[in-house]
Amino acid sequence: MNERIIKILTDAFPQLIEKFFTMTIPLTALSFALALVIAVLTAMIQYAKVRGLQTLCRLYIWIVRCTPLLVQLYLVFYGLPSLGIVLDAFPTAVLVFGINEGAYMAETMRGALEAVPTGQLEAGYCVSMSYLSIMRHVILPQAFRTAFPGLSNSLISMVKGTSLASVITVTEMFRQAIVINGRVYESLALYTEVALIYLAFCSALTLLQRWGEKKLNAYGGTR
Amino acid sequence: MLEVQHIHKSFEPGAEVLHDISLQVNRGDVVAILGPSGSGKTTLLRCINFLERADSGTMIFEGEAHDLHRITRREIARIRQKTAFVFQNYNLFLNKTVLQNVTLGLISGRHMNRTDAEAAAKEALERVGMAARSDAYPRQLSGGQQQRVAIARGLAAHPDIIYFDEPTSALDPELIGEVLSVMRRLADEGMTMLVVTHEMEFARNVSSRVVFMDGGRVIEEAPSAAFFAAPKEERSRSFIRSILRRGEED
Ligand SMILES: Nc1ncnc2c1ncn2[C@@H]1O[C@H](COP(=O)(O)OP(=O)(O)OP(=O)(O)O)[C@@H](O)[C@H]1O
Ligand SMILES: [Mg+2]
Repeated sequence: MNERIIKILTDAFPQLIEKFFTMTIPLTALSFALALVIAVLTAMIQYAKVRGLQTLCRLYIWIVRCTPLLVQLYLVFYGLPSLGIVLDAFPTAVLVFGINEGAYMAETMRGALEAVPTGQLEAGYCVSMSYLSIMRHVILPQAFRTAFPGLSNSLISMVKGTSLASVITVTEMFRQAIVINGRVYESLALYTEVALIYLAFCSALTLLQRWGEKKLNAYGGTR
Repeated sequence: MLEVQHIHKSFEPGAEVLHDISLQVNRGDVVAILGPSGSGKTTLLRCINFLERADSGTMIFEGEAHDLHRITRREIARIRQKTAFVFQNYNLFLNKTVLQNVTLGLISGRHMNRTDAEAAAKEALERVGMAARSDAYPRQLSGGQQQRVAIARGLAAHPDIIYFDEPTSALDPELIGEVLSVMRRLADEGMTMLVVTHEMEFARNVSSRVVFMDGGRVIEEAPSAAFFAAPKEERSRSFIRSILRRGEED
């Protein structure tokens, strides 16, 4: 590797890292939080078989899972303005990523809720608890443990997925790399550098997931 | 204190699981429900505690009559405040410690404050000999221990009646004794209990009355001494014989 490339990479690194911490991570965090709220609500509605709303949830999951994320981004950012709905790039990204991943996470959560034995709910009723407090104290905590690997998976895939926001002008880390590359034309080196940063961060998340799973298993495992 | 009349229940149309079941439990009674597998014992108990909705029938609970089919959620909640249910497979809250298993219902179901709830829970756990394991999680306990905690969970709220659905059937033989002895002690203390069981020893020596069911009907209802000494119905006789025979083989 010649000195020019090394200099390009070392100059790019702080800029990439800056975008990573100021854009990629906040974008991921906000989108994931939104997705989690959507997922829990959607899963609970289906678990409780709330009529009407249940159909709406199925519809949402169906449409979101069966259309490409990239198309959804374009639709909201470039399409909706012609209906008079104009959103900035960053909020658009949060909204689309949240709604998109929310559909997958809703299925993860629903599966986890349904995996909690019905006896847990019945035992709650028999000690005079209400449906909602049984959900809160007994069913949801157990479901979160079951869903934990799946939700971690979603989080990790979301970190990488935020790079798609580059196509709607959000200057997160990947777009920053594209911008730098426009000046220096070192695609291989620069994109490798970006890939390594994603790799390092997602590896850290993977380790965190393992640690979390161990912690959750402390009280006897879910089985 | 508890009387049910003419309970009917089917899960699928045309296949009635309970045909016109009536029974009565007086205060301080220990009533054993016996019967072969599939005779509807669990379904009956679940209808009585509203885990299943009966198709028709009446319940008179502490003097108040309720239509079992049309009963409202509020009435159910009120009756449940005075009852406890012990499941065959314990159903302890798996994400809660032993102590929390007992306090959760008191705090969140009965709006007791934490201090009182913990005191009541400790006392109930003492009674079943599980106070020393207060901080354990259900999965760290043997089946017998879990079932004793489940009994404590019911006891802590001072119910007027406890329903048991085959509380020892999921247990290894060497663990059955510890649960039965807790139940026997409760009976001695005058607790009203309605117990579905296959433990003939318990039915004969602890329960005051026996209800024998087969095919979704009550075949015979009698004081336990009379039932075991001289069962009136042929089906009761053959049931007792088959159970005793199975006992000898074990
Ligand atoms: N949820 C259900 N849906 C459909 N059929 C059911 C359901 N629960 C019970 N049954 C049927 O009702 C009948 C009575 O079952 P139940 O569990 O009450 O019998 P049991 O006397 O408790 O038997 P065991 O001694 O094996 O526990 C059985 O034929 C069973 O198949
Ligand atoms: Mg049964």
